[in-house]
Amino acid sequence: MNPLLELHNVSYAYHSKNGETYALSDISFQVFPGEFIAVIGPSGCGKSTLLSLISGLLVPESGSILFNSSAEDSHPVCASDIRRAEKRNRCRAKRPAKDKIGYMLQRDHLFEWRTIYRNITLGLELLPKRIDADSHLRVEQMMKDYDLYRFRDAYPSELSGGMRQRAALIRTLAPDPELLLLDEPFSALDFQTRLSVCDDVTAILRREKKTALLVTHDLSEAVSMADRVIVLTKRPARIRSILRVNFAEKDLSPFARRNAPEFQGYFNYLWKELNPHDEYSCK
Amino acid sequence: MMNIAANSRNENSSPISISQKKYLRELQKRRHQIIAIRILIFVLFLFLWESAVRLEWMDGFIFSSPSRIWNTFRSMWEDGSILLHTGITLAETLISFALVVLIGVFLSTLLWYSSRLSEILEPYLVILNSLPKSALAPLLIVWLGANMRTIIVSGISVAIFGTVLNLYTGFSEMEPDKIKLIYTLHGTKRDALFKVVLPGTLPLLISIMKVNIGLCLVGVVIGEFIGARQGLGYLIIYSSQIFKLDVVILSIVILCVIAVVLYGLLGLLEKKLSR
Repeated sequence: MNPLLELHNVSYAYHSKNGETYALSDISFQVFPGEFIAVIGPSGCGKSTLLSLISGLLVPESGSILFNSSAEDSHPVCASDIRRAEKRNRCRAKRPAKDKIGYMLQRDHLFEWRTIYRNITLGLELLPKRIDADSHLRVEQMMKDYDLYRFRDAYPSELSGGMRQRAALIRTLAPDPELLLLDEPFSALDFQTRLSVCDDVTAILRREKKTALLVTHDLSEAVSMADRVIVLTKRPARIRSILRVNFAEKDLSPFARRNAPEFQGYFNYLWKELNPHDEYSCK
Repeated sequence: MMNIAANSRNENSSPISISQKKYLRELQKRRHQIIAIRILIFVLFLFLWESAVRLEWMDGFIFSSPSRIWNTFRSMWEDGSILLHTGITLAETLISFALVVLIGVFLSTLLWYSSRLSEILEPYLVILNSLPKSALAPLLIVWLGANMRTIIVSGISVAIFGTVLNLYTGFSEMEPDKIKLIYTLHGTKRDALFKVVLPGTLPLLISIMKVNIGLCLVGVVIGEFIGARQGLGYLIIYSSQIFKLDVVILSIVILCVIAVVLYGLLGLLEKKLSR
């Protein structure tokens, strides 16, 4: 099986007047179709930067990122090529493969001046092909499946935190991405809501058969959701280790995984990986 | 968490408790009192003014009086002159206001699009904004001639720089993550403008407009002072020179009414948009 996403020796630094900050250094890994990958690391180590690079919002200083979309019209693209091509001609007809990447931010950022339905279809509006009947139907179906349909004409302020986050997820899924990037999507929720939204999201992603890359600082979240966990070091982040998570029972929900016997072992292992000498603690 | 929406609906339909009723009644009473006192002050003011002139504590020729103003208004209404002057001033104000909104939104958008441009132009905008715009009026007359175009430009010049500065600040204070969201959905900077920045700053635009319609009126009157043959500003200057102070004060009263009505209309628009 070909990897869907390949990173080769990716490095990135932020520049400012007072100097440069190395965020990522020599990151290489692969993501295969259907996988759920979690990336953990000390806070501020450049996890979000990693997602921005993969999505093409930032361009790596060195190294390459290959996204092998299965869509016919797309081709492997290096992120730096995308940006250059965009600068050269702002043509929207030849969209690069990164259109097949969905990116869910930390907070839902639903627009208060739009109804839930119009928030969810925002991504479709921005694609070159306008809302076609197919995606229209798919969005309606998702709204029905995930209990948002009755709020289609409501405004975001009328929804609870968990529902808003589900709406944000459907908004990300509406353009039918092949790879989903999740940037601590639950960190703004209270603990109880987080557990249930975590279950919801996992169920949705499994049902829609999406490949996902989750960035989190929550070890138990990583163990409960991921197939593989990538552990980053503190800044400049390198890959410390990659842990394959295997539960005897397949297709457990995140909540069920938390109660499975293997859970504690994985958790302790990751804890040690993140605190190798116990000299700096991580959140 | 799930039933926030449900809760707020319940509150509306459930019967109101006695203490809540009492609280609402107190609130209502207070509001009525305030309105009554406001009206009383106005009536008292008119009454004192009128009596002071009638009892010859003040010279009616210089200070006028409510009844003299009313009579002036009636005679000028009958010959149609007051309607003409008011109409001209109102039209000039509305045209310059509309242009301020259009030009203001256009320029702020341009500045938002190009951070380099905004950085280059910032000191110029600040200087132009703090300049007393009335100083420009004589210059405008010479450059553009004593006509309606000059008056409209004068109205624009008072309001435009503040509009651009405030609106641009509002544009650039839009949450960066909301704009990032557009990019994560593969939108362009243009999409960010039309889907986030413009709709998101609509309330700000309206509150800026509320300030600016008054400023446009100021600019128009300044323009009319110097180079017009019609309009309330002209009426004020002309009548003061021939010592018809009734007409001067009447014109000021009408300007007051125009300002209040225009502000009120925008207030209504604001309420309607904020649901």
